[in-house]
Amino acid sequence: MAKTIVCRCEDVCIEDLKLGFEQGLRELEELKRHTGLATGFCQGKCCIAHAARFLARLKGGDDMVADPPRTRPLLHPTPVYRLAGELEAEPEGDGEP
Amino acid sequence: MRDRADLVIVGGGVVGLSLACQLARMGFCDVVVLEQGYLCFGASGRNGGGIRQQWTTEENILLMKESVRLFRRMAAETNYNIWFRQGGYLFLARDGKTASTLEANMKLQNRLGVPTRMVSPERARGIVPGLDTRGVEVCAYNPTDGVLFPFPALWGMAKVATQLGVEINTYTRVTDIQTRGKQIVKVVTDRGAIATSRVVNAAGAWSWQIARMLGVELPNKPYRHEILVCEPLKPFLDPMVSDLSDGTYFSQTMRGEICGGISDPEEKSSMETRSSFRFLHRMCRSMLRLLPRLADVKVMRQWAGYYDETPDGNPILGPVEQVDGFIQLNGFGGHGFMLAPAIGRQAAEWLLRKVDHPMFEKYDLGRFARGEVEREIFVIG
Ligand SMILES: Cc1cc2nc3c(=O)[nH]c(=O)nc-3n(C[C@H](O)[C@H](O)[C@H](O)COP(=O)(O)OP(=O)(O)OC[C@H]3O[C@@H](n4cnc5c(N)ncnc54)[C@H](O)[C@@H]3O)c2cc1C
Repeated sequence: MAKTIVCRCEDVCIEDLKLGFEQGLRELEELKRHTGLATGFCQGKCCIAHAARFLARLKGGDDMVADPPRTRPLLHPTPVYRLAGELEAEPEGDGEP
Repeated sequence: MRDRADLVIVGGGVVGLSLACQLARMGFCDVVVLEQGYLCFGASGRNGGGIRQQWTTEENILLMKESVRLFRRMAAETNYNIWFRQGGYLFLARDGKTASTLEANMKLQNRLGVPTRMVSPERARGIVPGLDTRGVEVCAYNPTDGVLFPFPALWGMAKVATQLGVEINTYTRVTDIQTRGKQIVKVVTDRGAIATSRVVNAAGAWSWQIARMLGVELPNKPYRHEILVCEPLKPFLDPMVSDLSDGTYFSQTMRGEICGGISDPEEKSSMETRSSFRFLHRMCRSMLRLLPRLADVKVMRQWAGYYDETPDGNPILGPVEQVDGFIQLNGFGGHGFMLAPAIGRQAAEWLLRKVDHPMFEKYDLGRFARGEVEREIFVIG
């Protein structure tokens, strides 16, 4: 059977979302934690919109999209060494521009 | 939602679900679990998944041996892959005092059948390729400790409990608990009330709020703990690495990610779950010091959850003086996930079969008033 992939990083298919829905999960926060959706390298940038639309359709109400899960830092994956670098000291000013 | 139950469990975290699951397995299914958010909303969905038997008291070591036994079977029993991997735990000591604590712990652990051994910095580098052991005096290593992925473990317990007849209500907040005299009669939620005479307080960092509904003061305090996860890598890191000098810990999950956190002595008790740059910076600096080869690995995400901390680092278990049928299962600090299977089971036996587990006397709320406190010193992160 053909598979439709929603989340490429974590290999989550439409079927996985349906399965969660059938088990009573109604929020993306839940589906995210049930399937791994949006927890991979893209951090949901590629999949959340699709999943939100699909979930809204499953719910069958007036909403076109479901609420997205909370966005967490980092906005963009960043190497450990850059985050470990010495924090820049506050610039010492004398109040003059 | 049911309007009456033999037992109501407040909190759908790992502790509440583990108890529900064990009760149901013993044939006691007239149980309702109430969770204000979704499953995985509390600390149980925010932790590092570390599972270790390297503890400092006989109680905790034996409980953790039992938990490991139960975790090993969990995937098969629940049909959820919990990604449990026994790659060991490696503790690093940088001073003589910590080294001798590890040595004493090892002796106790060995006597109780946990195969911990002391390893030299050189040997440690063999276990963790690329580990920078400059300044490390000695390490303690137990190969049978491990890590798992918390989400599926929770879903699995919830599924088993539900299939056996327990009712789990998510997005249902307990707002009040009513009594007649010393007796509980009703739990009130934002979705209706449930008549019951027994309530288990498994609300993690919110437990003090639940207790206060009954006029019971718990000494528990919530503390934010932050954690991060790096991009998935080919497996290369066997054990959880933990530096006791600053409370750093990190491991490689079965999904390949590096996941870990660090203690922050400046953190004050609060109900705060925002992420901070301070944590990100301190954690990355510590990872880089321990394992320089992580330099180019990218951090994907950070988040925070609560440690529900008690004054002595041990949980609060069992009944309280003031109210009949009000049972505590909280105060699990930074190690409730690993303890939950064993605690859930013992609590179920204690509730149903009146099996005597000394824990329920030793770790009752009354100990603080009696002054019988033995501190667990091995709380990491
Ligand atoms: C960053 C971090 C890392 C950690 N690392 C580890 C580790 O490696 N290994 C380990 O074993 N442990 C670890 N822990 C600790 C572990 O996560 C906790 O001890 C454990 O999850 C506690 O489980 P719980 O069920 O008591 O609490 P929770 O999971 O917090 O569950 C309590 C639940 O009660 C609900 N609740 C609260 N108030 C109400 C109300 N009024 N009505 C209804 N429901 C309510 C909450 O929503 C919550 O879901 C870590 C914790 C954190 C934060």
